Amino acid sequence: MWRGDNASGRFEDFRVPAQENQTILDVVSWIQQHRDPTLSYRYACRVGMCGSCAMMVNGVPRWTCRTHVKVALKDNRISIGPLRNLPIIKDLATDMDPFFDKWVAAEGVHHPSRTRDDAIEQIDPEDGARLEANKGIECINCSVCYAACDTVAGNADYLGPAALQRAWTLFNDAKDAGKLSILEAVSGKGGCHNCHSQGSCSHYCPNDLNPMAAIAGLKRVTALSFFKGRK
Amino acid sequence: MLTVRLYMLQRITALLMAPLVLGHLAVMIYAVQGGLSAAEILGRTQGSVAWLLFYGAFVIAVSIHAAIGLRVVVHEVLGLKGMLLDLFTWAIAAGLFLLGGRAVLAVTLS
Repeated sequence: MWRGDNASGRFEDFRVPAQENQTILDVVSWIQQHRDPTLSYRYACRVGMCGSCAMMVNGVPRWTCRTHVKVALKDNRISIGPLRNLPIIKDLATDMDPFFDKWVAAEGVHHPSRTRDDAIEQIDPEDGARLEANKGIECINCSVCYAACDTVAGNADYLGPAALQRAWTLFNDAKDAGKLSILEAVSGKGGCHNCHSQGSCSHYCPNDLNPMAAIAGLKRVTALSFFKGRK
Repeated sequence: MLTVRLYMLQRITALLMAPLVLGHLAVMIYAVQGGLSAAEILGRTQGSVAWLLFYGAFVIAVSIHAAIGLRVVVHEVLGLKGMLLDLFTWAIAAGLFLLGGRAVLAVTLS
């Protein structure tokens, strides 16, 4: 298990008793409760909803509360580290600020189209854009895709798969009035065009979402917008 | 680092290069199969506006396409950024354009 911060650190060995039903988060909690109370890590819901407990398990990003020890065990050992591509605060806790700052930079925020005095907009659940938007709404902001992305690793400005998928979801949302500002935000130097379509985001997403397809969608609409002379 | 403008420039030049590469390969195979000498080839290309436009377009497309592609590689692998990255991109584009342009002019000017 990784111990340390951004400046220095090392992997430390712990022996943890095996149990029939045991997640990676159970292992981390056992070490913190029985071996070293100074261990820092982050979790909240323990049922795969809050997106807090993602870590690198055997070198790949996973949601630790829903990852069974049995699937990760290699030669009776597991390596557990802080999420890749984010600054380490201490041990397994990373600073998520860059990740969430990029959500805002990608215009992944609600742009209201009506006031409280207007009637609620009627949404057709079978509408094509609505169906496209639906594909991304189960994102739990766990940053697994961000940690998996090699483009993020090589390009610090790149907004990353989660933020861009959020932008694509809002672009397809009839209740969002910020389509042009979204297009502008994802067309800049850290925008969707930096994606190499390697697909690690979609491969590792614990909720089986497809950020790579969302980014391809953004590339399509920005290309059309480019030909229309908007940007 | 790669804006929509650079992305579209790279895609458009790729679209342009696809038929040009096929044409270039076809010409090469034709020249080799037919056993054309250098003098015979130059006899066909020198003074030809068509060949000037064909290979001139090729050189322009390559210069833009390769400069943008190398810009991405150099940024992600070596960490070059800002003005240095822009200078690198322009230097690659200008270098390829000068080298390619010189070669095209050498075989098409009469």
